[in-house]
Amino acid sequence: MAYAKDLGQIRGLIASHKRWDMIFGLCGLLALMIGVLTFAALFIDMAVDGLPRLSWDFLTSYPSRKPAQAGILSAWVGSSLVMLVTASFAVPLGVASGIYLEEYAPKNWVTDVIEINITNLAGVPSIIYGLLALGLFVYQFGLGQSILAAGLTLALLILPVVIVATREAIRSIPQGIREGAYALGSTKWQVSKDHIIPYSMPGILTGVIIGMARAIGETAPVITIGALTFIAFLPPSPVSAEPPFVNFEWLTAGFTVMPIQMFNWTSRPEAAFLQNAAAAGFVLVLMTLGMNAIAIWLRYRLRKRIKW
Amino acid sequence: MAVVPGDLSSVLSPVQSQRVARRRSRLVREKLIELTLFLAALVSVFTTVGIVYILVKESVVFFQAVPLWDFLTDTQWTPLFTDQHFGIMVLLSGTLTSSAVALLIAIPLGTIIAIYLSEFAPFGVREVAKPFLEMLGGVPTIVYGYFALLFVTPLLQKIYPELPGFNLLGAGIVMGIMIIPYVSSIAEDAMRAVPMSLREGSYAMGATRFQTAVKVVVPAAISGIASAYILGISRAVGETMILAVAAGQQPNLTFNPLEPAATITAFIVQVALGDLPHGSIGYQTIFAAGLTLMLFTLACNIAGHVMRKRFREAY
Repeated sequence: MAYAKDLGQIRGLIASHKRWDMIFGLCGLLALMIGVLTFAALFIDMAVDGLPRLSWDFLTSYPSRKPAQAGILSAWVGSSLVMLVTASFAVPLGVASGIYLEEYAPKNWVTDVIEINITNLAGVPSIIYGLLALGLFVYQFGLGQSILAAGLTLALLILPVVIVATREAIRSIPQGIREGAYALGSTKWQVSKDHIIPYSMPGILTGVIIGMARAIGETAPVITIGALTFIAFLPPSPVSAEPPFVNFEWLTAGFTVMPIQMFNWTSRPEAAFLQNAAAAGFVLVLMTLGMNAIAIWLRYRLRKRIKW
Repeated sequence: MAVVPGDLSSVLSPVQSQRVARRRSRLVREKLIELTLFLAALVSVFTTVGIVYILVKESVVFFQAVPLWDFLTDTQWTPLFTDQHFGIMVLLSGTLTSSAVALLIAIPLGTIIAIYLSEFAPFGVREVAKPFLEMLGGVPTIVYGYFALLFVTPLLQKIYPELPGFNLLGAGIVMGIMIIPYVSSIAEDAMRAVPMSLREGSYAMGATRFQTAVKVVVPAAISGIASAYILGISRAVGETMILAVAAGQQPNLTFNPLEPAATITAFIVQVALGDLPHGSIGYQTIFAAGLTLMLFTLACNIAGHVMRKRFREAY
């Protein structure tokens, strides 16, 4: 019977299509698993190689020619100070740019140029920022190979991240809030200062943390401006007991940062230094993962709590 | 009484004129704030201008000493030796080979993950997988470099014992895995932006999920997927530390991923680590190399822009 034969064919067709569905679903899971397994391998590899070296002494010692005595004190202090400079430039500049582009900018070619430019900057390799900093900050402005130069470089590098996060946070604020404030006679700046900035704060914070996590692991631009790899001293302390309590000498000090210290140890042939590299890498991974986790958690809470 | 135009003090009561003065000062303040915010937004434009200025300025000096033709056609790259040769081809071959390996991993896997997360995955899997992928993209590249040199390469040597300790293959594979999250997250966003009604139309015709994904969703999102690929390419070309650590830093004109080779980025790092005096030819080479890299990524960005414009589907 032709009819039954057709039905059988159709059933076969449906079954084979469903099979394809399942095969693809498995492929997807498999592809995800490759990512998961790599990540697990990386983390475990770092932990196994590095954990035996990780101790209080490791965190409080300077680098040394003897691998067993070497530590990451100057590296993590350097990283923290550079991050301080980066944050204090990237956050105000990024938030201000975001507010300008969302709340103030007229629709004209200048705004178009700024927007296209930000998109393009996000795709520029980080080492190019290093070359910019080498030519401009280190030599043209005479900042030298200092913490200030490194902090400024990384600030420019993460500026697009902060701007994009700010704009997205601002865009999700409903128009009615602005209209309500304007109806009561607020000026543009009053609306921005009293409504837009506070309401977009968690979103901005998420972007800032992700940007900082990127900056702290960034190696290439800091090497390019000529950060030193062997530093057995700390920059002058930013706070002191006598007046004026804060000083800015540390901004011009030479420095090293965590990823550079790790790179230095990785490029040595002795196995003991490779262990140090793994330990430094483990600390670095924990730091960036911790920051990313905070950002993700913040965004998750934000999505749950805010209902306009 | 002569009245100055705009001066209303003669017709207004003291209270009113005070109010006018206050409004005027508020207006001035508003304008100042707007100007400040505008200047902040201009910083990013100045960054681009600064990059172009510095790269071009140093490269012009470089190309006065080295003819452009030699730069493009010489098959040796030995700027730090006494017998100097400046053939960018040598570094470019390393960059292209490692990028090719990375993209062969990142593009298929990234696309499959994007389709899976957007069209197949149950809610729970999505909620776990997305932050996880984000974390994978957040690991510092120097850590990936260590991983490529001391985990992936030894693993590959078990399969292929002649593989040298520094090679483009191991570095490229790890680079590919690093790039997966960039590709998958942008491609997935593009697919999720496809309106539900298109999928519903397809399902109503009796299509399966796989058919809907491949024949309806992917073509509709193709401009976004293309820009995800382009971003992946510019990441691969600009990646530095993985290659500086795991691919060796010997310039080597080769397209064989099993060999060690230096890339443009690795060369810049190598020079920056040494002490080259400011203004020497060696110092200027890294800017010429950087300019090459910049032009390459710029071409990618423009191609992405054109593709987005061209293939954008409007609903």
